[in-house]
Amino acid sequence: MKLFIAAIALLIFGLAPLPAQKIEKIGIPGLEKILASPEDQLYVVNFWATWCPPCVTELPYFEKLSKEYQGKGVKFILVSLDFPSQIDSKLIPFLKKNKITADVRLMTNLDYNSWIDKVDPGWQGNLPATLFFNNAEKTKYFHPSEVDEKELRDLITKYKQ
Amino acid sequence: MKKYLFISVAALMMTGLLNAQSQYKAGDIASDFNLKNVKGEPVSLTDIKDADGFIVAFWCNTCPVVKKYDQRLQELHAKYAPKGYPVVAINANDPAVSPGDSYDRMKETAAKLNYKFEYLFDETQETARKYGATNTPHIYILSWKDGRLVVDYVGAIDNNADDATAADKKYAEDALNSILKGQAVAVAGTKAVGCSIKWKKS
Repeated sequence: MKLFIAAIALLIFGLAPLPAQKIEKIGIPGLEKILASPEDQLYVVNFWATWCPPCVTELPYFEKLSKEYQGKGVKFILVSLDFPSQIDSKLIPFLKKNKITADVRLMTNLDYNSWIDKVDPGWQGNLPATLFFNNAEKTKYFHPSEVDEKELRDLITKYKQ
Repeated sequence: MKKYLFISVAALMMTGLLNAQSQYKAGDIASDFNLKNVKGEPVSLTDIKDADGFIVAFWCNTCPVVKKYDQRLQELHAKYAPKGYPVVAINANDPAVSPGDSYDRMKETAAKLNYKFEYLFDETQETARKYGATNTPHIYILSWKDGRLVVDYVGAIDNNADDATAADKKYAEDALNSILKGQAVAVAGTKAVGCSIKWKKS
């Protein structure tokens, strides 16, 4: 009987969905805080949305490399521009389905023109876009389009110096 | 010295090239075009009667941001076409990359959503490239001045894609209201966040 209960419990917990991804919501102050991060490490900040197919294509590369580079001086932040009205219907199911465990933050300020130039004045608002920076080293590179896994790896290697 | 001169000239030429491909901004002269509408008729801006200008909207069938703005674009047309500024929507997405943006699907979309404005197919993507459109939706407000199309505004429709009622900066409407009053457009350029235009793979 005990064994049976244990088996049932295992079945239930084994099949239970992953714990809900906690998503930190940010506005302009939160974004500015990320952009001003003083630590001597490479920040890779990807701007994406579930409604953007090329973003969805490249997201697994960010997830994969964020694991590879964990504790190795590279910090990944995935800033989602999903609509705040679709967090539960689109964003969270997407993260669960694709097993995204990287640091996802939701940008809740939709007045894009009030913050887009803070990321990079050259950004036209197209997604995806990725910012690489290390404020301690005064390095910054803005990549205004998608990347494949090799490109992302090469960019990290280049700017991690 | 010669080498430096060469580099400077090359740099200048590069700048010229980049400018040629960059986006129209307020004050620029826009090109007219000749594109097929959903009824199969070729449409140029010069052919559209009773217009003092246009709200040219780079658009598509598939982008969720476009869908969010669908109602708002129809409202802009209903409000401003009678005042001389009709909407002209253009889909430039390559159907090979985005099958939902084929010409047939455009016809379906226009019928289903009961578009009252022209919905044109930029099959060669030449118009989107000339205008420097990067995303959908991406709005260009143009006015006829001395037989030329002058750009008055480029960018987003307003500042809240998710919720029209929460938008407190109505860029397109503000620009149109200023134009209709003969005043200068206060915010003549914004950045439009949306889906990137699906360019042909060369």
